[in-house]
Amino acid sequence: MNKLSKVKNIIVNGPQKLDCGKEISNFPIAYETYGNLNDQKDNAILIFHALTGDQFAAGKNPITNKDGWWSYALGPGKAIDTDKFFVICANVIGGCMGSYGPSTIDKNTNAQISTNFPVITINDMVNAQFNLLEHFKIEKLFAVIGGSMGGMQVLQFVSNFPDKAQIAVPIACTSSHSAQNIAFNELGRQAIMADANWKAGKYNEDKTNPDKGLSVARMAAHITYLSKKGLQEKFGRKLQESDDLKFSFDADFQIESYLRYQGSVFVDRFDANSYLYITRAMDYFDLSKQFDGNLSKAFENTKTKFFVISFTSDWLYPTSENREIVIALNAIGADVGFVEIESDKGHDSFLLDVPDFLETLGSYLKTNYINLNEKRI
Amino acid sequence: MKKEFKVISELIDNKSKVLDVGCGNGELMKYLHENITQNIRGLEISKESVQNCLSKGLTVIEGNAENDLKQFPDHSFDFVVLSQTLQAFLDPEKVIKELLRVGKKAIVTIPNFGHWKVRLHLLVKGTMPVTENLPDQWYNTPNLHMCTLRDFFNFCKERQIKVFKSLALKGEKTLNINTNNISLRNLDSQLGIFLIQN
Repeated sequence: MNKLSKVKNIIVNGPQKLDCGKEISNFPIAYETYGNLNDQKDNAILIFHALTGDQFAAGKNPITNKDGWWSYALGPGKAIDTDKFFVICANVIGGCMGSYGPSTIDKNTNAQISTNFPVITINDMVNAQFNLLEHFKIEKLFAVIGGSMGGMQVLQFVSNFPDKAQIAVPIACTSSHSAQNIAFNELGRQAIMADANWKAGKYNEDKTNPDKGLSVARMAAHITYLSKKGLQEKFGRKLQESDDLKFSFDADFQIESYLRYQGSVFVDRFDANSYLYITRAMDYFDLSKQFDGNLSKAFENTKTKFFVISFTSDWLYPTSENREIVIALNAIGADVGFVEIESDKGHDSFLLDVPDFLETLGSYLKTNYINLNEKRI
Repeated sequence: MKKEFKVISELIDNKSKVLDVGCGNGELMKYLHENITQNIRGLEISKESVQNCLSKGLTVIEGNAENDLKQFPDHSFDFVVLSQTLQAFLDPEKVIKELLRVGKKAIVTIPNFGHWKVRLHLLVKGTMPVTENLPDQWYNTPNLHMCTLRDFFNFCKERQIKVFKSLALKGEKTLNINTNNISLRNLDSQLGIFLIQN
């Protein structure tokens, strides 16, 4: 984890009051930027990452040496064009890529904070990241964009800071985490906690890791990010390295070895306690509850222009849940566009090469930037 | 731009709030946006068209007038436009009701099934009319409820819907429709354009 000493960060003096009642202060937020902030400072986009994402949205992730999680969408000439826009992406608090989280070392004990880390919420994450606007002296962002948990942060951001973004693009998300999604998250948490190496979260003290549990959590979650059709087409019943069944519990099928691989690479880059904390934050997310059950009220004071996007084969954050956001916005006459993009790639569609999605998002951002900023001058 | 859209845009007040139901690729929206009002939204059923509109920076929602107008509050728009799609709905009566609930006024345009070419086609050939305005065959037309200008007039009258303005397109000409000339306009015009209110 010494590699993390090289990531960019700001230290938030705080104190920041969390939803759980605790206060945090002097904590780091790790971030990365792409492109250049122009003189008018009107071309900044804040991107929010999903559950297992981090600040390295594009280019090579220096810690994992893999492509950034949003390489398809973000970069020079891409949908979120870094030749034109200045993009900021921060690691959420609770994360494990340099922001304040359970793997942060407590200076008093010289050990990881682990399960002494407070339970955080989407609201807490967004409030922490807001400090980046001050850091870059940005009065108003051009856009806030995010998919999945990133989309929840988009909704919470606009609700908390109604005049800080011209455009909001929540993608494949929800305003209120469903029972099914809480259930999947609980499955993942239980897998981690059932691993003997978890040790009530203090695994770092014994230099072990609940890799088995975290890997099972990732495997289960990974299935929910894909569609049945996508899985069938990619893997079907194809066998791995053999023409026949082996009559054992080895990975006979390609889908099995694929999932095992996904699990094994995940544990190398992700902290098990972070997984517990971030999934909990998602489960607690219920924006309408914050406004007495009336989601429209969350956006009452904003002039932000919304573009809600869902995908046909996403059964984790289905179109119906995305549409509820659109309906709540229309009920108060907000400026909201919406499209459900055709794709077989499931919830992961927003991360993948889905041309209809990338082209529509790209043109939408470019045209609106011209209409809202360039034409005004 | 289509003559029809030019006529529609002349019925819309400057800076008013407009909803274009079935906005297609946003041709009318774009014209209104540049010339009449910035405050314009669209509802469209085709994904491809919605993506096209959003790419142009237009605010459009994917949806269908029969199910998705209900999310808009009463009188939340000054004008709601429905161009040449009333006949394609399963329940046109319900759609008109919804248009008049959501909009303070509605502009509805209707391809005229009473046009002489349509009548002549049925009379002479004895088959379902196919004309330049109604190019589809009976088995593949999206049009479920064709009507004539007189039908729509009667419909409004029976339901006490106020007709503020009724115009007919005859080729490139725009003509007024009134009780005295309705028989003639119903015969010689391809399209009716109605500004209505509850």
